[in-house]
Amino acid sequence: MSSNLSAVAYLGATILFILSLGGLSNPETARRGNLYGVIGMALAVAATVFGPRVTLSGLPWIVGAMAIGGLIGLIAAKKVQMTQMPELVALMHSLVGLAACLVGFASYIDTSQPFAGAEKLIHELEIYVGIYIGAVTFSGSVIAFGKLSGKVSGKPVLLPGRHLVNLALALAVIYFGYAFLQAENIAAGMTPLTVMTVIGLLFGIHMVMAIGGADMPVVVSMLNSYSGWAAAATGFMLANDLLIVVGALVGSSGAILSYIMCRAMNRNFISVIAGGFGTGEGQKIGAGGTAPAGEVNPITAQETAELLLEAKKVIIVPGYGMAVAQAQHTVSEIVRVLREKGVEVRFGIHPVAGRMPGHMNVLLAEAKVPYDIVLEMDEINPDFPDTDVALVIGANDIVNPAAQEVPGSPIAGMPVLEVWKAKTSIVMKRSMASGYAGVDNPLFYKENNRMLFGDAKKTLDEVLAALKG
Amino acid sequence: MPLTIGVPRETFPGEKRVATVPEVVEKLLKLGFAVAIERGAGEAANFTDAAYQAAGAQVLPDAASLWGSADIVFKVRPPSLAEVALMKEGATLIGFIWPAQNPELMQALVGKRATVLAMDCLPRQLSRAQKMDALTSMAGIAGYRAVIEAANAFGRFFAGQVTAAGKVPPAKVFVAGAGVAGLAAIGTAANLGAIVRANDTRSEVADQVKSLGGEFVRVDYEEEGAGAGGYAKEMSEGFKAAQRAMYAREVKDADIVITTALIPGKPAPKLITAEMVQTMRPGSVIVDMAAEQGGNCELTVPGEAVVRHGVTIIGYTDLPSRLARQASTLYATNLLRLAEELAKTKDGTIDVDFADDAIRGLTVIKNGEITWPAPPPQLPAAAPKPASATTLPAKPAAHGHGAGAPLAGGTLALLFGIGALLFWLVGAFAPTSFLSHFTVFVLACFVGYMVIWNVTPSLHTPLMSVTNAISSIIAIGALVQIAPPMGEAAAGERPDGWILGLAVLALLLTAINMFGGFAVTRRMLAMFRK
Repeated sequence: MSSNLSAVAYLGATILFILSLGGLSNPETARRGNLYGVIGMALAVAATVFGPRVTLSGLPWIVGAMAIGGLIGLIAAKKVQMTQMPELVALMHSLVGLAACLVGFASYIDTSQPFAGAEKLIHELEIYVGIYIGAVTFSGSVIAFGKLSGKVSGKPVLLPGRHLVNLALALAVIYFGYAFLQAENIAAGMTPLTVMTVIGLLFGIHMVMAIGGADMPVVVSMLNSYSGWAAAATGFMLANDLLIVVGALVGSSGAILSYIMCRAMNRNFISVIAGGFGTGEGQKIGAGGTAPAGEVNPITAQETAELLLEAKKVIIVPGYGMAVAQAQHTVSEIVRVLREKGVEVRFGIHPVAGRMPGHMNVLLAEAKVPYDIVLEMDEINPDFPDTDVALVIGANDIVNPAAQEVPGSPIAGMPVLEVWKAKTSIVMKRSMASGYAGVDNPLFYKENNRMLFGDAKKTLDEVLAALKG
Repeated sequence: MPLTIGVPRETFPGEKRVATVPEVVEKLLKLGFAVAIERGAGEAANFTDAAYQAAGAQVLPDAASLWGSADIVFKVRPPSLAEVALMKEGATLIGFIWPAQNPELMQALVGKRATVLAMDCLPRQLSRAQKMDALTSMAGIAGYRAVIEAANAFGRFFAGQVTAAGKVPPAKVFVAGAGVAGLAAIGTAANLGAIVRANDTRSEVADQVKSLGGEFVRVDYEEEGAGAGGYAKEMSEGFKAAQRAMYAREVKDADIVITTALIPGKPAPKLITAEMVQTMRPGSVIVDMAAEQGGNCELTVPGEAVVRHGVTIIGYTDLPSRLARQASTLYATNLLRLAEELAKTKDGTIDVDFADDAIRGLTVIKNGEITWPAPPPQLPAAAPKPASATTLPAKPAAHGHGAGAPLAGGTLALLFGIGALLFWLVGAFAPTSFLSHFTVFVLACFVGYMVIWNVTPSLHTPLMSVTNAISSIIAIGALVQIAPPMGEAAAGERPDGWILGLAVLALLLTAINMFGGFAVTRRMLAMFRK
């Protein structure tokens, strides 16, 4: 294949990737979008393998590596539980980061395409930046994976003077970058490059360790963005437009998702990255907020079932607790029973419910809940006053009225689902502990709120049994 | 030694309620108490002695033996002086007392060195106290019953219908006072199909009226009528004139008028004058729920239903008692909740703990000493109001991304300035080959920006997994390094083995990502179904 042919193949692949992302604008076209992505990827790989930059001697290696990797990937995709999606995605980000590092090193020691002058400088700078982003993505994603799967504690780990540490790391990266560009030959350049890679790895670990569990959606989407920028940097390094375009697409996608997540928590992106939500700012329960007074009204599973059956309109608000308890199938069954009895049931999803963007939607889809009754926060909030029962399953901060009522609260101004406007709200929770934000929830003390304590799965099974009985 | 709770038969003429029901007896026993019932106590409310016995209560033959043996007496109405005389020295009495209206009763109880908890003295604004709020549960029943009484006396349907025999217009109901009773009346009347309009001096109840299917009628006058403790307060003269005009208009138009206006410690306000009654259509009904406090209507006769100017005016003062079974059940549950608060140890003993605001408020006599009126409880009584008033406006988004508002001019200029500077740097120093890639990069960022904002939030997880799969395009970087055609220039020095190793490993990793990412996306998307 001539270089011109492979160039147009790349262009075709680029268009297919854009269509693939565009297809996700609604669930109908999304499946086709995924197919476009697959075709685009196949086209790009084929055009490269049969293009001018690869000779036949490499074919066995390529086929071997792709076959082994592909098999692992397919098995992982089949095995993964939908509740573990955030972990899988984080793990995959780490692979992209690691691959970017490896390609960067390989590119550095590759002398098959000599550069000189400003081009050499830019090329080396690209390598340096590419490896750095790759390293941060890799270690950050591994830590994120650890946090999401519970192997690493979800609590933010805050080193004393962590901003100074970050600053020192950044300065070191710049210093070694200078040393790297000044290096006479490849062997001399290897030392600063390696040191910088280690710094990058440390930086990634430090950054994600400092972020609390509730901010995970931001971190996951931010790492998504980084993996894109890593690909784009590799594209610059190899002078490959396809890589640049795809990297930019993925990078901006992740950046926008991070932004949406931050807005959904009414938080500044910088403050999320700086880490440690609800700590150190010295206003755990802020100026205007006394601890909510009053007492909670418990309810039994049986009574919950009765309330649900008597209701005309029900809204279910799921949170991370539903995912943890693996309760989505029971929820789906409850919804089915209620709908058969003529109760209008809908779901209200907060943008940051769960541990990654859209997590709840995927879980509910897995449990065969029709997606047209699963609504976004902005769509469903006006409907709460007409709702008889709002059932909150394993969520806390996203239904906290303090966000609207207590100006001094750490979560003030965060958009929340207004479940307390429903005639009755039922909150399913394991205990009275506060959410990740560490903020007390006045909802629990409201007069029209009932608490259903216990493990979500077990309690919901009881509710389901009572509904059927 | 567990205490005995005694429930006598109510002696007030016409009173059908009873202070506990068999269902609640079981729960009282679980708290460690013994329960004794006077024979026939529940009869008027359709609870048989056998049912009480089955629940575990002892049935005593007469009032004397009951009062004589009970350590704690549950009552509905205030006891008569004759009953107090039968009471055991130092016993506890729980029920409606109305201490302000019954000074002699208070003295008699002091004489018995009794401890008295008056359900009518509950600090209702304590949200914890709501489960014991018998005034509220009785008012709710009264509101319901008021509509039923009105429907009984009214000669037409409530709901509008079109029948073969002609069209029936819906009844128009006007409710004055939207407290608990008023709201219950609004809900009941609306459920029967009537057109319901309601007024209250506290304008914040407008939403509650609407939520029950009523329409809130405002008085054309600016004044807020919420007084202490959630009750209405008395209003100014100017307001009253405007209010009278509004009432005259509404009453003339209504088929049924239900009045519930009460001001604590004062006679009920006369909202409906005799002239207003004359303007009503014959056959209309007025239910005056404030009859016991003198009535909201000038023509009301407390305790009776009378017809004046063709309008039936119902002044029953025993509305809850007319729904005796329901009222007894709710009242018994209120008392049960109070008993739970008193008997925290669950061993059949009680502790009248003055540190507890609710208990303090309820207790009017403790061990023969008058403790009424209680000092106002210290609580953020006004908290709910500022809370709802200070609802924070949603903060404007910090950036103008997506469908948000356009950026402020200054910010925009700054961003453009920074952009221009960066572009100038790139243009001035970067080589040509870089520039073309840079162009592609910047444009791709913009395309990405436009495309991603269109992605529906419910597909954000698939978006992440598909972008993740796509970012394994980095495989191309590995591919081109595995076996590139050798340039003549530097063929000799190239460390082929190392590069091959790195590249193959990178390819392997990206292949995991590539196949895994697309496959898991497919799996997820297949699940999204209508």
